Amino acid sequence: MAKINVNGSVLDVAADPATPLLWVLREQLGLTGTKFGCGIAQCGACTVHINGEAQRSCVLPLESISESDTIVTIEGLSEDGSHPVQQAWLQLDVPQCGYCQAGMIMAVAALLEKNPKPSDEEIDAEITNICRCGTYRRVRKGIHLAAAAKA
Amino acid sequence: MTVSLDITRRGFVAGAGAVAGLTLGFSIPFGREAAEAKAAIDEINAWVVVKPDDQVIIRIARSEMGQGTLTGLAQLVAEELECDWSKVTTEYPSPATNLERGRIWQSFSTGGSRGIRESHDYVRQGGAAAREMLIAAAAKDWGVSASDCTAVNSVITHKASNRSTTYGKVAVAASKLEPPKEVQLKDPKDWKLAGKPVKRLDTADKLTGKQIYGVDLKLPGMLNASIKACPVFGGKLASFDDSKVKSMPGVRGVVAVGEDAVAVVAETWWQANSALQALPIVWDEGENKGVTSETIREFVAEGLDAKDAFVGNEAGDIDGALKGAAKTVEATYTYPFQHHATMEPMNATAKWTEERCEVWCPTQNGEAALAACAEAAGLSPAQCDVYKIHLGGGFGRRGAFHDYVRQAVMIAMEFPGTPVKLIWTREEDMAHGMYHPYTQCKLTAALDENGDVTGLRVRIAGQSILASVMPQRMKNGADMVTFQTLLPGGEHSISYSFPNLLVDHAMRNPPVPPGFWRGVNANQNAIYMECFLDEVAHATGQDPLEFRLKLMGDYPKNAAVLKAAAEGAGWGKPAPEGVYRGLAQCTAFASHIAACAEVSVGDDGKVKIHRIVAATDSGHAVNPQQIEAQVEGSFVYGLSAMLYGECTVKGGRVEQQNFDTYRVMTISEMPEVETIVMPSGGFWGGVGEPTIAVAAPAVLNAIFAATGKRIRTLPLKHHSLAKA
Repeated sequence: MAKINVNGSVLDVAADPATPLLWVLREQLGLTGTKFGCGIAQCGACTVHINGEAQRSCVLPLESISESDTIVTIEGLSEDGSHPVQQAWLQLDVPQCGYCQAGMIMAVAALLEKNPKPSDEEIDAEITNICRCGTYRRVRKGIHLAAAAKA
Repeated sequence: MTVSLDITRRGFVAGAGAVAGLTLGFSIPFGREAAEAKAAIDEINAWVVVKPDDQVIIRIARSEMGQGTLTGLAQLVAEELECDWSKVTTEYPSPATNLERGRIWQSFSTGGSRGIRESHDYVRQGGAAAREMLIAAAAKDWGVSASDCTAVNSVITHKASNRSTTYGKVAVAASKLEPPKEVQLKDPKDWKLAGKPVKRLDTADKLTGKQIYGVDLKLPGMLNASIKACPVFGGKLASFDDSKVKSMPGVRGVVAVGEDAVAVVAETWWQANSALQALPIVWDEGENKGVTSETIREFVAEGLDAKDAFVGNEAGDIDGALKGAAKTVEATYTYPFQHHATMEPMNATAKWTEERCEVWCPTQNGEAALAACAEAAGLSPAQCDVYKIHLGGGFGRRGAFHDYVRQAVMIAMEFPGTPVKLIWTREEDMAHGMYHPYTQCKLTAALDENGDVTGLRVRIAGQSILASVMPQRMKNGADMVTFQTLLPGGEHSISYSFPNLLVDHAMRNPPVPPGFWRGVNANQNAIYMECFLDEVAHATGQDPLEFRLKLMGDYPKNAAVLKAAAEGAGWGKPAPEGVYRGLAQCTAFASHIAACAEVSVGDDGKVKIHRIVAATDSGHAVNPQQIEAQVEGSFVYGLSAMLYGECTVKGGRVEQQNFDTYRVMTISEMPEVETIVMPSGGFWGGVGEPTIAVAAPAVLNAIFAATGKRIRTLPLKHHSLAKA
């Protein structure tokens, strides 16, 4: 039985140590906000925070996570959708199908923690999540809006 | 009668040691009697339910897959209903309920950018009829004439007696009244809610992880499945050796699925997929195992000069025009297979018994999913139902094809009474797409001494979607969809006049399954026509805008959007240093669209798309800010396809397996987009797809302006634009 720290709670998880964190979150803990898109860390739909860093959870085996690692998923980003990134997304109506947006929001939230006012070039370099509906323009506007709100 | 995926509490994992599953609460729709009893109390008509607390539930038959259809349709109903928009929620009626009630909601199909433009009339009538019934109920109660009462914002008022009430208070009485025989719809110029840039109704849950997609569904006792079908098109399953995986953790069964697939069923999906990847499988690859991209290219290219072809559009005497031409210009273009690549892989959950089969799935057409479910289950549609879930992208993949539903049902039949959720891996999804079809096109223009076009010949060779998918919709063997944007009229009309014209199609169907891919054949054809006309303009020394406008006298709405896009971008005025412009326009899905792209190409050949100005005339514009979102998203879809989109075939199978080899655009490549929404009224055009068609040609024409290089085969990644 592994122990992992998710959204502020230390939880017992009964899963094969090779199971990717994504599937532990989704199938063992019922946290399905984190999405499966590709399984090879290409699309970013599975992005979560581990110790404050945006990580693609589909390629992280459970055994690579220790109890001292703090994991935050979209469900734990804020209790009520009040995180500045979520608020900016709401204001700009960013999502279309919405499937990639949990990962997108987590990637952006981590970026803004490190770099509170990213330039467009920094956004281009850091935000590599795939959105097939094509919300990129509103995502960019949303990042700047959230950055302004946080300032 | 309706699907309700009510997650009661899932925000935070509560407390240390929380047990998996307990944080999820579901209300799953079972029991018709309960549903009907509920309908009798709350339902004003099929479209509108009003609760005692004035909450309004608007029923939406079409699917929400990102394009904002749900919000747009709700706006149209609410506009006529005169209800309080802040109290509106929506729900999907189920396809079996639709059948049971004589298809009262009509079509569930959500494709072809038709969600709103095909149903606006009857959904608005539904809203208007409900309003009349609510007013009539209040008037009856007050003993006054309904015509002396007004309704605004869910409040009914009788001014003369200074009385007012709310929809919630009279809803039960209204539900018992006869619906009006006729209702008067508002003139769109009087709209207060429709036509306005209101926010989507489905955003909040998509920001917190609360929105449930098909892959997220969890039913009591549910098992999970992963599947592999023969990767060679038309191949079959020969054998598999389940002794290697049966004892792996959680595995509950290894089952053959139809003739061509095998699935592992386990307690969790990760266990199922781990065992599937370890399962030794032998395929009978069949007759297509030698098919490659090259054999397909040769097979299709033969059609470019073949004698027989289906005619799509014809005027005058093209042979005579070509013979008598002072000059001709000719070019051949090629468009590759492409994949929908929805972010959410194909998936469905099925529960089967000998008497009943239920499916929960993302689908663009609930009724087609129901038909697939019933057929696979060996039951009548009345014994089945499908509960629709918002899609994690559709793009045409989940409309006409419910292969994933059939598979889920067949797997569930091995576990009677137990729900089984099937999720495809991305690799499975790439291998079993319904691909944007492969076509080539040879265009020949006849020119007179002044460089004016006296005739145009357009020969399309290649794959037909309808021949594979809906042969019943073909016309004497011809697939008219192949001619989108080149037809003599209708929603995919050509938008130029040529005195002599022949557009025809030599159908060549390679053994790769084609499908409706967002934008459909408008995408290929707009590249062919718009890039070729650009070639002709340059060959004759004419400005590409003026050259086009000369041919567009009969198409003023097209000319208007083209001029708007060109002017918006500053056509005719100097561009920033190193930046070049390209134009494209067409009519697709009943809308008129145009784009002007601004591009620079570095000495190293690197293309940067700086800005695109786009203009859309969709007749009526139900939600302008969502039209903007669709225009922006369409550029991403179309430019991803132009830059990288290509499925190559080797050994009878698609070579690309995931996003590492099937690249798509990311934010760093996203241009600035300026959207001009210019509804001219009087018609209803679609907005989810049309702009895709102009994305690639506008950029390709700008690349020519920048480099002098004509790109006639896609994707662009195969071409070096570096300075020699």
